[in-house]
Parts: sequence; C-alpha cells; structure tokens
Amino acid sequence: MHFDLSNSTQLAAALIPDLVVMVGAMVLLLFAVWTRESDAHQRNVGIGAILVCLLGMAAVFVMVAKHATATSGIIAVDNFRWAVDILVLLATIIAIALSMDYNRREGIVLGEGYVLLLLSTSGMMILAAARDLMMVFLGIELMSISVYVLAGLNRRSDRAAEAALKYFLLGAFSTGFLLYGIALVYGATGSTNLSSIGSHISASGVSPMLIVGIALLVVGFGFKVAAVPFHMWTPDVYEGAPTPVSAYMAAAVKAAAFAAFFRVWMEAFPNAAAAWHTALWWLAVVTMVGGNVIALVQKNMKRLLAYSSIAHAGYILVALVSTIDRATLGASAFLFYLLSYTLATMGAFAVVIALGQAGERNQDLQDYAGLWTVRPGLAVAMAVFMLALLGFPIFGGMGFFAKWYVLQAALQAPAPQTRLAVLLVLTSVISAGYYLAVVMVMFMRPRAAGAASPLRTPALTRIVIAASAVILLFFGIFPGQLVAVTSASTPVAMAKQPPASPPVAVAPGQ
Amino acid sequence: MRDFLISIDYNGWILPALLIIPLAGALVIWLSSFVSSSQRGGVSGDGTGEEALVGGSSRWIAFITFLVEFIVSLGLWWSYDPAGARWQASIDTTWIGPWGAHFAVGIDGISLFMVLLTTFIMPLAVLGSWSGIRTKLRSYYALMLVLTTGMIGVFVALDLLFFYAMWEVMLIPMYFIIGVWGGERRVYASIKFFIYTFLGSLLMLVAIIYLWTVTSHAAGHYTFAYDDVIKYAAFSHQAALWLFGAFFLAFAVKVPIFPFHTWLPDAHTEAPTAGSVILASIMLKMGTYGFLRFALPFFPTAGMNSVVRATIIVLAVIGIIYGALVAMVQPDFKKLVAYSSVSHLGFVILGIFALTLQSVQGALMVMINHGISTGALFLLIGMIYERRHTRLLNAYGGIARTVPMWAALLTLVSLSSIGLPGTNGFVGEFLVLIGSFVTHPYMALISTTVVIFAAAYLLWAVQRLIYNPLDKKENEHITDLNRRELLIMGAMTAAILWIGIYPAPILRRMESSAQHFVTTVEQGATGLRVRQANLLGEGR
Repeated sequence: MHFDLSNSTQLAAALIPDLVVMVGAMVLLLFAVWTRESDAHQRNVGIGAILVCLLGMAAVFVMVAKHATATSGIIAVDNFRWAVDILVLLATIIAIALSMDYNRREGIVLGEGYVLLLLSTSGMMILAAARDLMMVFLGIELMSISVYVLAGLNRRSDRAAEAALKYFLLGAFSTGFLLYGIALVYGATGSTNLSSIGSHISASGVSPMLIVGIALLVVGFGFKVAAVPFHMWTPDVYEGAPTPVSAYMAAAVKAAAFAAFFRVWMEAFPNAAAAWHTALWWLAVVTMVGGNVIALVQKNMKRLLAYSSIAHAGYILVALVSTIDRATLGASAFLFYLLSYTLATMGAFAVVIALGQAGERNQDLQDYAGLWTVRPGLAVAMAVFMLALLGFPIFGGMGFFAKWYVLQAALQAPAPQTRLAVLLVLTSVISAGYYLAVVMVMFMRPRAAGAASPLRTPALTRIVIAASAVILLFFGIFPGQLVAVTSASTPVAMAKQPPASPPVAVAPGQ
Repeated sequence: MRDFLISIDYNGWILPALLIIPLAGALVIWLSSFVSSSQRGGVSGDGTGEEALVGGSSRWIAFITFLVEFIVSLGLWWSYDPAGARWQASIDTTWIGPWGAHFAVGIDGISLFMVLLTTFIMPLAVLGSWSGIRTKLRSYYALMLVLTTGMIGVFVALDLLFFYAMWEVMLIPMYFIIGVWGGERRVYASIKFFIYTFLGSLLMLVAIIYLWTVTSHAAGHYTFAYDDVIKYAAFSHQAALWLFGAFFLAFAVKVPIFPFHTWLPDAHTEAPTAGSVILASIMLKMGTYGFLRFALPFFPTAGMNSVVRATIIVLAVIGIIYGALVAMVQPDFKKLVAYSSVSHLGFVILGIFALTLQSVQGALMVMINHGISTGALFLLIGMIYERRHTRLLNAYGGIARTVPMWAALLTLVSLSSIGLPGTNGFVGEFLVLIGSFVTHPYMALISTTVVIFAAAYLLWAVQRLIYNPLDKKENEHITDLNRRELLIMGAMTAAILWIGIYPAPILRRMESSAQHFVTTVEQGATGLRVRQANLLGEGR
C-alpha cells in the first residue's frame, strides 16, 4: 500500500492508527462523563480505553501487514513508526490496567484519567510519525499537556499537586527551548521538514544559527527524556505522581520523546554531526554517570526507579550517538532496548503499586525487607525486573540482550564509540549497587517486626507483573525473532542500509 | 563399555542432558512446593518444630538428581577418546540467528575433568548441607541445581555468547546461597562477591563484542564459534593487549590472582558449607579454565608478551607465598582454608603461564586436586561446625579423643592438601614445579619453599584442633561422624588416594589437549614475533 502524502485523503489514511486512538479518546470522554462517578464506572472506562488501545494496535498491524509506504511528507510511514506505536500502546495498556487497580485503592473515581492517557498516547504516536518539526512540536505538546494533568490526578494528595505544578512549569519552560530551537533551525535552513533540513545542511553546511538551534533542541529533548543535567524534575515528579502515571512517564513518555529525538537527528542533522556529536557524547556520559551514582543513595523506591530511568536514558543516548553517519544499528538497538526497558520498569512500578497501601505508603526500601518470606512471587518478579534493568543474562531476561544490542551499536558504528561502550559497562557495574540492594533487602533482610502484611495483589496488577516477567524471561532466552524484527524497523529515509554483512573491524581505544 | 556407549549414541545427547537434568530437578522441586503446601494446609498450623524443615523432600530430589547426573556423566570417562577429535560429544545448533550465536558445546581433555569434578562434587555438597540448612530448603536446593547447569555450561561452551551467558548465570544462585544462608556477615560478603565478579565479566563482555565483530568480519558471516575466533581473529598487538586485559580481569578475579583476591576470604568464610565447597572446588577453577580455554589461545601474543607473562607469573608466585603466610595466622579454620586456596591457585597460574607440557598438565591436576582436597576440608569444617558452632581453632583441642573418625579424616585430607606423596596433592604440584623449572627456574624454586609453609599452616592447625590436650569442657561430648558424613568422606578419600596412587589414566586423557594448548599458544606467540621481525626488516 502506497500513500501519496500530498493528497489529504491519503494523508488521513496514513494516520489511521493515530486517528483511531484520538477518536476513541473522544468517544470515551463522552462515555466517561455520561454516568455518575463510581468505582465500577471508572473501571468500565478503563476497559474501554484498553479496547481503544487494542484497536489502535490492530490498525498498526494492518499497516504493517500491507507494507505501507509513502512519499516524502510531514509524516513517516515506516516500520520504525509502527514499532514505536506498538511500544507506546503496550505501555499505555499496562498503565491503564495498573490505574484501574490503583484508582480503586486510592478512591479515585474519575474516569477522565483514561481519556487523558489516550490523548497523551495519540501525541506519542504523532511523535513517532513526525517528519516535520511542527509535527514534533504538536506531538510533544499533546503528549505533555495530558501528562501534566495526569500527574495531579489525585486531587487529595499534596505531593501529587506539587509534582504536577513542578512538571508543568519546567515542562513549559523546556517547550520554550524546543520551540525556539525549531524557529532557529527554520531560520537557518528555511524549512521545518526533516529531509529538507537534511539536504539543505548537506548542500550549504552548518551556520552558527543552526548550531544554536540544534543546541536548543538538545535541551528540549533532553528535558523530555530526562537526561542529566535536565533531569531535576524527574525524581520529584515520579515520586509525587500517582504510581501508574509515574510508570507511564518513565516508559512511554521517554520512549516517544526518544523516538522523535532519533528521527530528527538521523534525518535532519546527520551532516551536522560535527556540531552536535561532542555535546551528545557528553550528555550520554553525564547522564549515565549522574543517574547511576545518585540512584545509589536513594531510599524511596519511586525515586530510585526515577534515577534508574535517568541512567537508562543515558544508555539509549549511547545508541543515539552511535547513529552518527546514519548507522541504522542504533535505531534497532533503541527499539529492542525500549521493549525490555518498558517491561522491566513498568513491572517494577507495578510491584511498587502492589505493595503500596492507600495514600501511597510503604514506598521506602526498608518496607521491602523480607518480602520474600511474605510474598515470594512478588519478590521473585521484582528480582527479575531489577536484574533486567541491570542487564543480567538469563535471570534478567532480555535486559541483557538490550544492553548487548546497544554495545553492539556503539562498537560497530562507522565511528566506533569504544569509550562510551566501556563507560556504559562501568556505570552498569555501579547500577548493580542499587538494583542488587533492592534484591538484597527483599531476600536477605528479615521482615521488620510488626510490619503489616501486604494487601492482596489485585488481579490486573498481578497479570501485569506476571506477564512482564514472563515476556522478559522468554526473550532473554530466545531473542532471535525480536532481533530480526527490530533490525527491520529502522526509519526508511535511511534506506541505504549497510548490507547484512558484518561491519568493518576497528582497533579499540579510538 | 565404549561399545555400549556408542550403541546408545551417548555422545549425541550427553552434554545437553547434563545441562538439562539439574534444571529438571529444580523444576520438580518447584512443583513439589505446590503439592506439599496443599497437603500441609491444616497440619502445620501449630507444628512449630516441624516448620523448620518444610520442603525436606527437596533434599532427596536434589540428591537424586545430582546422583543421576553423576552416574550419567561417568560415561564421559570412557567415551572420551584421547586420540580422537579435538572436540568430542559436540552439539551445535542455532540459537540467535541474526547474531550468529549458536548453542555449541563440546569437551576436550581439559573440560572433561572439569565436568566430572563438578558432577562428583555436587551430590556430596548436597549431603554436606543435609542437616546444616534449616530454612527455605526448596529454594536452596533449586538454586544449587540451577547453579550446576551454569557451571557445566561454562565448561562445555564452545560459543562465546553462550559461554558468557552461562558465566553470568552462575553468579546469581551463588549470590543468593551466600547472602541468604550464609554466616553473620553474609550480606556484605555476597555483595562483594557479586560486584567483583560482575565488574570483571562486564569488561569481558565488551571484549567479546569486539572479538565477535573482528571475527565475523574476517569470516564473512556473524559467528561466535570458538574455533572461528582462533582461526580468523587478527588484530594489532595493542588491541590484543587490551582484549587480553579485559579477559584477564574477568578470570583473575575468579581465580583469584593475588591483588584481586579480597572477595574470596569473605565469600568462602560466610558461605554455608555447600557454598564454600562449590566456590572452592568448582567456581575458582573457572578462572583458570578461562585462561586455558580462552584468554591465552585467543591472545597468545598478549599473554606471552614478556612483560605481561613475567608480571602474571610474579603475581602468581606472590599469591602462592602470600596465601600461605596469611593462612598461617588465621584464627578461623575456614578462613585459613580460604587463604590456602589463594596459594594453591597460584600454582595453577604458574603452571599455565610457564607453558610446558608438564606444567600445564600439573596445573590441570592441581585444579582437580584442589577441588577434591579443599572441598573435603570445607566439608569437614562444616561437620564440626554443626556440632560446636564455632570455627575458631583455639576453641578446640584434643578432640581426636572425642571424634576419632573426624580427626583421622582431617589428617588424611590435610596431608593431601599439603601434597604428601601418595595423595593426589603431590602429583599436581610436583608436575607444576618441574614443568616451570624449565622456563622459570627461580620462580619455581621460590614456589617450592611454599610446600613447607603449606605443611606449617595446615599441620599446625591440625595439631591445635585434634592433638593438644582436651582442655575444654564443651569438646568432651561431641558426637563423631554419622553414616551420611562417612559416606561423603569415603567418596572423597577414595578420590584422594586413587589420584595419588594411579594418576596415569587421568594424565593420559588430558595429555593431547594440554599439548594442543601449549602448541597453539606457542605458535601464536612466535607467529607474531616472526611478523614483527619482518616489519622491522622492511623498516630498515
């Protein structure tokens, strides 16, 4: 199936998965406000939202099955987009399922939360598709504004209100950077279309205005993906926001922002690599080091996972830096990494939800002491998630192959990033300090005297935890198919892929 | 026997079977938890005394599994043909197609004995923790079973990615075994053990990816195969040094070579008896095995570089002396044995890097013998610890009168660990010393003196334990070994005496592989020397 994007009907057809989710969200909004607020109604809306996501996924699969392609235009029609769509929809389904249990426990009866999740997800899908800086901006705004509200969804919680305000103010600020960056890039190249920008740069070189524009874009994206030093909001917001929303932010928001980051950098700026390479290189370095080191001293699980998510942004940045010269391996590694990271992070947040009690208590590391003796299943699942985030083979499932893929991308790039690879490995060792601390506390510390027994884990939360762990472990042993899928899912504008033959060898230390 | 093994196509399934049997055992233990918990529902409500041994059946499941594993693995002794192919009982199927990773396993004369050592030690380790482990038995034995799969996987892997996965797989069960069932400082010891090993192996991971890239490029297709790496991988001398360094770090921590050893006394001392036995008998051998199998054959130019080689040999000799001296002043018997491991493993490294046929064979023999003797020592310590709940040497004295069997066995095992002729310990160290005398006479001479230190620390400890006057009241009523414990020690003693008196069949089986190792490394190292000489000549 081929879409001519200059024709508005065909453009709409190429946007069908996104439209399905958007229209679904609107319909669901009507349904949500139609009936009196109650817990049962809240759950019904949640089920509706999951159905919308499934419909969206079905639409994506139809597109994949029909081998949709398109002429150059403001959106991309390629496997990279579909892969990111699947990932964010998966993360959304998990977040909705977790919210249904969480809202019941916290007494939140608003059904609109799910509508906001869907709207945010549709923004992410636009980000995954955007081949125009204006589309990028639209996607980011649609995604972010919904999440600002979601962070403060629990109106009875002071911390949630603080988190929402903080996220909103800093988010608005970073959007300003992004917009200004877009404006300057437009000024320097005369276009907002990624491929036009790319060809303009290759034709007439890099101007100072363009460099400033790129720098501002780095700041904007850096904020959204929570890279050090633009990460300050992350721990506070993740801690204060309702836990399912934290999970959603850690997985889906980051995934979508990175998808746009990748596409913009691979299509628009490959020929300006000299201007941004060093900056992104250092961004990856300080993010890996900063995230991992600060995570070591965290006592609160949500904050710990927040810093863990910052560290993982650093690892993904390594893949991004390795895409210099349009190497496609970085994008495949990113997709593989994202699935592993999404499952492990959302699984870990699900365990946090399962162990929390009304009012979000029991979030300190100490509350996990001796978990193995009272909830062996949860403890084992949490151990799997921690090891997956650590990147440990077999027991950490596909977490290991995710890191492997990124290392491979770094070492086999046309300009091999050996030092980044070594640094990634060393910071992974640091991360063992806090991931293992969680495992150690759960398995090796005695249960505190008088500690309340955890509540019974609700069904949906339990399904999420079990399914995440099983999928992680399965792909940890049989990653072959997934590798094949992700390596076929790079942005098409880069169609001149290197052949399947192994890349050139280079000496380390370069 | 051989004909029978061929008739059942033994070589075609044995290695996967050895990997799967322990996993199946672990699965059975897991499933058994559902059965018994549903049965116990009403019974164990107030049975506080019984509660400690919930899952007692898992001991039997684990023991029987390991026994089956051992019996099945014995066939390798006959099926392995010293004059046969380089890799035997090998299996090779695709694992991860796009990356060229295979499930490739096979054994030669080196891994043969490592596998047999593992399958021999494991049932004894289960028996050794029969009464010592009182809590969470199911998890404990399931972890031991999973650990075994990892260990055997390391020894038989012929694919770098599979090797690396197995290498890491061992880490988690051992981390839990130390951290959950260990002594007082178990948490500290387990984390230290984990971080040290993990740091070393992650750098090896980077090296493996690099090696894979180079090999695949030269071979024209993605491949992790061991033989392909040997055949195709070529890189500059500087790159070889870096890569060797990464592999070296991973293996040196595991061995451990002198400055990397600090995790070992903690881990060995804090681990439960079976944990110490497995660590000492099997897991330390993975480091030296790594040198024999990977680090040196892959990077002969780096490993045989005169500076590198001299440094490592000096470190090995320092380890030999340092381990012995520190062992001498330990008040804790378990720690004493732990430090003696540093000393023994120094001999192995010396033998490997001296690179003569005798020294390499000797190193292999020390690996086997250390596994048996030190394992036996740890088991004996565990037995007395269960009775007296202390490992301090000065808490004992004269207990030969109360526990004569234990005392006699301790004496025998100590003598074998010292290397008394007629026991297994003699064969290995003697071969290492005469082998390395050829290439490194001074180092060999210095190491010879350590045999005296070894006698000093062990015999002194034995004296303080069992021969001094019986002056402490608590020691007057220790019960002697029971039948289970005698069974363990009987097996150990048989191995000690058999290898000590008639090692020829073992040496015959390892000879061609040891020779192959020496030739590969020597040729690889001199090959570059020739090339360098040519380059210098052209330069002029």
